[in-house]
Amino acid sequence: MTLTITRSGRRPAHTPPPARWRSRKVQGWLYAAPTAVIVGVLFLAPLVLVVWMSLNRWPLLGPATFNAPANYLKIADNPLFIDAVLFTLKYTAITTVLLSAVALGLALLVQDRRPGIGFFRTAFFLPGAVGFAAAGLLFYGMLNNDFGPIDPMLQALGITDEPVKWIGTPNMALFSTITLVIWRFAGFNMLILLTGLQAIPAEVYEAAKSDGANRWQIFTRITMPLLRPTMALMLILSVTGSLLAFDQFFVFTNGGPDNSTVSMVMVVYRDAFFRFDLGGAAALSVVLLAALIGLNALMMRRLR
Amino acid sequence: MRRRLAGISLLGVLTLTAAACGSAGGGGGSAQPSDGPVTITMWTRAATQAQSERLVQAYNSSHKNQVKLTVIPTDNYQPRIAAAAGAKQLPDVFAADVIFVPNYTSQGLFLDVTDKIAALPYKDKLAPSHMKLGTLDGRQYTLPHTLDLSVWFWNKDLYEKAGLDPEQGPKTLKEFAEQATTIQEKLGKDGKVHGTFFGGNCGGCYVFTFWPSVWAAGAQVMNPEGTTSLNDQAAMTDVFKIYRGLYENKVTGPTTKEEQGPTWTGFFPKGEIGVMPMPSTTLGLMPAEMKIGVTPIAGPDGGESTFVGGDSVGISATTQHSDAAWDFLSWTVSDEAQVEVMAKNKDVLARTDLAANKYSAEDPRVVMINSLVAKGQTPFALRFGQTFNDPQGPWLRLAREAVFGDAAKVPQLNAEITKSLQQ
Repeated sequence: MTLTITRSGRRPAHTPPPARWRSRKVQGWLYAAPTAVIVGVLFLAPLVLVVWMSLNRWPLLGPATFNAPANYLKIADNPLFIDAVLFTLKYTAITTVLLSAVALGLALLVQDRRPGIGFFRTAFFLPGAVGFAAAGLLFYGMLNNDFGPIDPMLQALGITDEPVKWIGTPNMALFSTITLVIWRFAGFNMLILLTGLQAIPAEVYEAAKSDGANRWQIFTRITMPLLRPTMALMLILSVTGSLLAFDQFFVFTNGGPDNSTVSMVMVVYRDAFFRFDLGGAAALSVVLLAALIGLNALMMRRLR
Repeated sequence: MRRRLAGISLLGVLTLTAAACGSAGGGGGSAQPSDGPVTITMWTRAATQAQSERLVQAYNSSHKNQVKLTVIPTDNYQPRIAAAAGAKQLPDVFAADVIFVPNYTSQGLFLDVTDKIAALPYKDKLAPSHMKLGTLDGRQYTLPHTLDLSVWFWNKDLYEKAGLDPEQGPKTLKEFAEQATTIQEKLGKDGKVHGTFFGGNCGGCYVFTFWPSVWAAGAQVMNPEGTTSLNDQAAMTDVFKIYRGLYENKVTGPTTKEEQGPTWTGFFPKGEIGVMPMPSTTLGLMPAEMKIGVTPIAGPDGGESTFVGGDSVGISATTQHSDAAWDFLSWTVSDEAQVEVMAKNKDVLARTDLAANKYSAEDPRVVMINSLVAKGQTPFALRFGQTFNDPQGPWLRLAREAVFGDAAKVPQLNAEITKSLQQ
């Protein structure tokens, strides 16, 4: 960077020979190359491969045969996927609303510098440091009816009379999973909102106070509007993350009971790794990717 | 300075490209050493870990070649194999649940070992059901690795406490239900002991423990080609009804309906269950002081049968060490390995000619289990895993509706199973 600036600063003194221009261009390419290679190898190449796979019958071993658009046409005949789309949308809506509310609440609680506030910030953020699959297993163990400690505790406190079927019914399974997701992600979203809150200049608040605004007015008229860009970021992360939900359902509920918690990505996983239909799974992934790009573009436009 | 920076970036690009190419071509790049000891890799699933570990340990301590065993959680085994096959990174040798073998061979994952098997002196004595499922279009791909038979275990101490005859296990599924109910009524007051248990949210558990009752009654669950499901017929629904009654009368452990599979065999050894279907491989793992009776699974009114499960083992189609791999595989079915490793630990043998050996004679239960190999069945279907084992497959829904939910949905869900089998 420094080198380039020095060079361009010096440039008017000399007439730059064409050879140097070319070397400058080459140099630019060289600087960009490592990133370009990483993006190419880890993102573009797999993307092209997935699209190509979705146009073929793709066996585990052996040559693929072109069969487009069969893999796309059969998506409509996949009732598990259609159900999964509806379930994932429902899950995304509930999770996003609850997660945003909890994260905002936490952020407002810990936004001011007070003695000991670091402890609470750390405590709220800490679940985010647990791997998601590990968190799923943790909840599975904690809420397990045979050996989990939560049920005996609730019974000892007299809150429940018998073990709660935490993942035994569709609604309880969804509720337990959302609790897991909020526990795991609220702290992280709180952190995002906290950066937004602290970017609001103190003078704005002081001005509002001297104008006689009460706390509620300050919150709705100052904090919320100025937090909008940060909220937009959090929403996009939360919606995208929820639509791609996999670990929590795969590890914690295993899609059950009775296929009531099967997310879209779980169907992709099942088609690829249980049914060995790699082409069909690739087609589902491409559809999912297209939908996500569309949705994110829409959200970016609305929230800007 | 500038030139050096450019040089460094160029070097970086080259390294990255080389790394990328290296990882893509790595699978086929390693050359097979012509001599000297070889280390081959092997995968197995957790369900039969103990048997595989014993075999590998005994082989490694007596051979120059070594086997490096990786154990993978049972539920993740199929996806791991699929992912590895797609990436051409299968181990040299892998065991597989015998019911998945037809699918794997049809996908070309195993190396054809027909000629090698033909050279074995005891080639006709290898466990017949495993050999049948490892044969495709007249070519053979696998050897029996472990045999895991479903049988009923009963807890003699609990039977005695409940006033039942501790030496008499159930002879019919109806007796099974009566005895489980007695245990529940006499001993289940404090919620610790329960009459029976089964994996109520686990497709593989249902086929392993319920189907033998259908076979014992002389009926079938699929057509021989594995393309039509018969699970809506009376022989199956009668079995479901008996288990449904046990669940409704709260004779089953409290988490029966939610049990997804990983822990379903964990309750019996704790002494909490009166009588339940169990895998025979767990007999050697039971607490030494526990008095356990073992009896064949029966139909509602009698008969006896078993699900001959377990693992087959084959050489992966992509291996670089097929000779070393066969050296290990053929050793695992040798007299030495079968008697001194498998029989010594009360396991069912992969060879019928060794069923009577110096170890099995010590325990009549082991003799009984070995005798069931000929009476039991291993169902054949190309689409077995995705239909019956997969938690999102159609079988688990049918079984759960039949036992816990709306049994009227069974015919419609049976049609779903047939559809899945024909995919």
